Amino acid sequence: MIVAENLGKFYGGHRAISGISFTIRQGEIVGLLGLNGAGKSTILKILGCFLLPSTGKASVAGHSVDDKPQEIRKLIGYLPDTPPLYDEMTVSSYLNYVARLKNVAAGDVARRVDTAVGQTNLQKVTGSRLGELSHGFRQRVGIAQAIVHDPKVIILDEPINGLDPVQIVEMRDLITSLRGKHTVVLSSHILSEITKTCDRILIVDHGQLVAEGTEASLAGKAAQNMHIACDVDRVPDGLVDRLKGIAGVQDVSVAPAPLLLGGAQRITLATAGDVRTKIAAAVVEAGAGLVGLARTEAGLESLFMKLIKSEGGGR
Amino acid sequence: MSKALLVARRELGAFFSTWMGYIICAASLFIDGLLFNAFAVGGGASKFSADVLADFFYFASGISIVSGIMLAMRLLAEEKQNGTIVLFYTSPISERQLIYGKFLSAMVFALIIHALSLYLPGLIFVHGKVSIGHVAAGYLVLVLLGAAAMSISLFASTIAPNQLVAAVTGTLITVTLLVLWMVVDVVEPPFKELFGYLAIHNKHFTPFSQGIVNTRDVIYYVSVVFFFLECSVRSLEARRWRG
Repeated sequence: MIVAENLGKFYGGHRAISGISFTIRQGEIVGLLGLNGAGKSTILKILGCFLLPSTGKASVAGHSVDDKPQEIRKLIGYLPDTPPLYDEMTVSSYLNYVARLKNVAAGDVARRVDTAVGQTNLQKVTGSRLGELSHGFRQRVGIAQAIVHDPKVIILDEPINGLDPVQIVEMRDLITSLRGKHTVVLSSHILSEITKTCDRILIVDHGQLVAEGTEASLAGKAAQNMHIACDVDRVPDGLVDRLKGIAGVQDVSVAPAPLLLGGAQRITLATAGDVRTKIAAAVVEAGAGLVGLARTEAGLESLFMKLIKSEGGGR
Repeated sequence: MSKALLVARRELGAFFSTWMGYIICAASLFIDGLLFNAFAVGGGASKFSADVLADFFYFASGISIVSGIMLAMRLLAEEKQNGTIVLFYTSPISERQLIYGKFLSAMVFALIIHALSLYLPGLIFVHGKVSIGHVAAGYLVLVLLGAAAMSISLFASTIAPNQLVAAVTGTLITVTLLVLWMVVDVVEPPFKELFGYLAIHNKHFTPFSQGIVNTRDVIYYVSVVFFFLECSVRSLEARRWRG
């Protein structure tokens, strides 16, 4: 449904993105994950025919963003990071206007608006002026305008930006409900939200695609390089050497364990793969008391941080 | 075309649902009335009705230019400021439909202001004799001049990041076209003829204010309008490249 090949975009002399290539299948929900300024919005703007790429190609449903922007615009719904709302209009009149703008037939507008209002739970505010709405409702109207014409592709730039926890859950449910019928591309800098709603994740940093895959495949990659904290009541002679001898253990360091009483020690291990059972066995065999054993960073988060540090040199 | 009408209808609604439209309308009518009483009918010496009417159109032309700039300066600059321009950039509407729709809304609003000022030449009927053709010709040039100022301001609105810069840019371009007739006296041919033709007010305006309609002058004003509207279209189209 969406194909990007070697996409690049320059703003004057500043390179926003470069060498971005990916494919998104019909019905998928794909998340662009990256820090602020990573290039996520630029990618979405190119797919939304808002911007032309400086290099490379992109197409939506077979239509090139260079040559057939109007064809693509018929197929997409787009929510920018700030919803495009006219404060003086009511929710209902605004959605009617957008529906007409998006080629919904005059006789079908009322039905499509009712559907979008229902999907986004806007029934209580249809007569309210947009300027009077709370941030959460404005965001919902933004989503409603993106789906009012029942588009094949929905592009959402930071859809949960500024929402409270209840609204985030509602937004997550709404996005999940679009799965299958619509192809959804969304961006966020919040890892947990991306993993909860998306089938696949594209990690973007400093304008480059540094990883892509499902949550499981990325977590698998993350598990290949782990940091494990092993808290013990004491460190007998030979324990450190024994731990270093375990296959996959790359580094071992010992320090007083934080927040533990009785002089407990924390052994931190850098490992290739999950060798926690072997570590536990080695600790017990050495005669130490095992107080705790855990990964020090969540898997995907660890990978995410590692990728952006290695690509960008940390921020 | 239906998309342009859709945009025009919404934009016209915005003029009526915000203070901006009412302020421009009230200020235009107030200043029109003030100048009419102070200079067109005032001044002590008795005048022919046709001269009063010509003076009225002369003063009203300034109001038409200023209100044209004020009405159009916000049309795209405000959309950019508020982020609503994204709606058009991601919808199946062409840049031309957007520009002409916006222009149409401002034109309709300007026509309403002109219609509301019709009572002023109507007052001349009370004490004098006025040709309907003279009134029609005068209003035609007010509409054409206003449309030209509007198209210039709309173009400024497409290139400016906000309304203030759009207003300043639009005013600068319009003033340049206004004062070209003064430059005519200090330049040699062919610039003399060129600047004389390009001057937006003097040579092209005066015949209308005296009740004379020259096709050549109508073509000039219509050309200015189309030129700046097409410049606006091109400016919006180029935006995808610029980012």
